[in-house]
Amino acid sequence: MSPVFLILALVTLLSAVAAISFRNLVHCSLSLVVTFAGLAGLYLQLHAQFVGFAQVLVYIGAVAILIVFAILLTRSADTPNHAVLAPGWLVGIAVAVVVFGALGLAILKSEAISKKVPAAPEATVKQIGDALMNQYVLPLEVIGLLLTAAMIGAVIIAMRDDKEAK
Amino acid sequence: MNVGLEHYLVVSAVLFALGLLGVVTRRNILVIYMSLELMLNAANLALVAFSRFNNNLDGQVMVFFIITVAAAEVAVGLALIVALYRRRQTTHVEDLNLLKH
Repeated sequence: MSPVFLILALVTLLSAVAAISFRNLVHCSLSLVVTFAGLAGLYLQLHAQFVGFAQVLVYIGAVAILIVFAILLTRSADTPNHAVLAPGWLVGIAVAVVVFGALGLAILKSEAISKKVPAAPEATVKQIGDALMNQYVLPLEVIGLLLTAAMIGAVIIAMRDDKEAK
Repeated sequence: MNVGLEHYLVVSAVLFALGLLGVVTRRNILVIYMSLELMLNAANLALVAFSRFNNNLDGQVMVFFIITVAAAEVAVGLALIVALYRRRQTTHVEDLNLLKH
């Protein structure tokens, strides 16, 4: 197993564990940034440059910042001094283990895992651009509309209503 | 030893299970939110790995669309959390029980 993959996978998984287990929310969000960076590295290992850099721009650049802003706006940056786990956390662990077992079984039983690695593709970004502009141009436009609607909606939801301000 | 499809899929499955664990065990709605992002990213990793090993770029186009929808979801979701905090002064899910009683 290549050492690069091993290091990236370990960094990703360990920081994901940290992100869901830290008590302080700021630490959680910083670990989440490391997870996103590790995933971007894994995408680059898979020769998916476009998705890798989109991951860096969208997740590390925008999503992480938005989460930090939400932590600040909800004043939850202090370390809580009460329990952080929900009352039924044992059942939750059981559910997660069952789901992981089902996924693992599906992976092990699948015939797809015997596939050989195909030769590294050249210029995937150009091919993706072609696909987005020809075959997937309608979904691209629809997703642009969705983003615009979501941005307007987010502003309206987060806007202070007048009744409350008085 | 080469890195095969199964290694990426196992990483993706572990990441998904961790995200699920965070969603069902934590009390703070912001942590639940971050765990949701982890689960979305796990699905993306599986799609990119399949795309690479099947030599088919449609998987990566799909991931691009998923990232876009996730960005919209983040914007609306965080706006909802902020509006909720302004009204109820809490980010704990068990305090949001208006429909329960």
